Amino acid sequence: MHNPFKAGAGIHGWGAYVPVYRIRASEIARAWGWPDHQWKALGIEEKAVAAPDEDSTTMGVEASLNAIARAGVDPSRISAVFFGSESKPYAVKPSATIIAEAVGATPATMASDLEFACRAASEGLRNAMALVSSGAMEYALVVGSDTAQASPGDVLEFTASSGAVAFVVGPPKGAAALVEAAYTYVTDTPDFWRRAERPYPSHGEGFTGEPAYFHHIESAVRGLFEATGLKPSDFDYAVFHQPNGKFPLKVALRLGFKPEQVKPGLLTPIIGNTYNASALIGLARILDAAKPGSRILVAPFGSGSGSDAYAVTVTDVVEERRLRAPRVDDYVSRKIYIDYGTYVKFRSKVRVREGL
Amino acid sequence: MAGESVNVDQWRTRIYRYRLLGGRCRECGRAFYPPLPKCPYCSSEDVEEVRLPRQGKLVSYTILYSVEEGARRESPVIVGLVDLGVARVVSEIVDAEPGTLKSGMAVEAVFRRLYEEGDEGVIVYGVKFRPAPENTS
Repeated sequence: MHNPFKAGAGIHGWGAYVPVYRIRASEIARAWGWPDHQWKALGIEEKAVAAPDEDSTTMGVEASLNAIARAGVDPSRISAVFFGSESKPYAVKPSATIIAEAVGATPATMASDLEFACRAASEGLRNAMALVSSGAMEYALVVGSDTAQASPGDVLEFTASSGAVAFVVGPPKGAAALVEAAYTYVTDTPDFWRRAERPYPSHGEGFTGEPAYFHHIESAVRGLFEATGLKPSDFDYAVFHQPNGKFPLKVALRLGFKPEQVKPGLLTPIIGNTYNASALIGLARILDAAKPGSRILVAPFGSGSGSDAYAVTVTDVVEERRLRAPRVDDYVSRKIYIDYGTYVKFRSKVRVREGL
Repeated sequence: MAGESVNVDQWRTRIYRYRLLGGRCRECGRAFYPPLPKCPYCSSEDVEEVRLPRQGKLVSYTILYSVEEGARRESPVIVGLVDLGVARVVSEIVDAEPGTLKSGMAVEAVFRRLYEEGDEGVIVYGVKFRPAPENTS
């Protein structure tokens, strides 16, 4: 099989984080007076909402601590920390250094924040695999985390949620999952963006579906198939970027996958779209349960636009590793429901004048 | 370019707050948080840094309805005394509805925003505690 990695790379530890607060899609619809037919087709039941003292950095720290606990690696051996987010707490000042400091990877480490809408963390994953497989370092930490923004009353408000995922990437020996191959496909496509100093993103009408999500994911996955000779029936699982509950199932069918391959990694209907964690938290959930020897197709997507397709194989050590930290489902089942008023208070959507 | 003042103490103590490191006295054996150059119990200067347990029990708590400036979004704020076995820590208790807290309940450390130095200043991070999963699920 075609293998773009010289010495290979694997996932030694994976970790997720989902905030405890949830808002039901029906509660958002109630606040804005939306009739059912306007939002039910999104395939969203409820979404996770970050607490007021959470941001993409704090959530990234918890996911990273879980990933490092699973890897069983001394954090001082991590030589790169890549943070992918489109909701950085600072416009200028890396979150990667805060995470690196909190987990104990500083000071002898690379650290940077990456930007590519929802696939920045996936670009981090490709970088981490390249650095490890070239022998430049032993371990790298990749974090995807977002407190996704949506303008109040925009359709995005039903899906834009909060969550994080992290992976410790290292050499093939001792890895819980091996990355067999990867293929990336990017073009300049204006489907979704946020201009500087604007609080909420914009989406290009008519651009988000076919020319962006479907074209890029399908091209990346077909590129992977061509390079490796793999086909949909060679995979036990397939996980795609999940901007809503229906796109991942549709892209899967178009590529020749069955809904049974997709459903175990499909989390958006119950936690919303966690942006940089969207497809990768699906991978984390599959690693929480998959049998050794299983093969997983992973295809994150980011607006602007691009997609990566990975073929990942689970190894024998996955079973002992999964016991070392909370599973995705442990976070999914922990929840406190909030109403729309509390949601706008938590996410700074109301302007408060303090000190009076 | 405006020079924002940075709270130097917050920067110097970030590692303790980020990783929940405490001090331990080699003389009397007791641990404490935050780490100090002298043991608060026996005044010995023979102290070392130790990693404190991230799991503990809530001893007691109070609920602040009148919150500090900058914390209105987080109101009401719950402040608890947490027993980590080797040391006790005063911390905010988060991800909890006030009516569900009980003394003796299991809590665990989480990494959160503590406060911001105004709209244009530094964001200060550190450890808080939340109810452990066995209490909420």
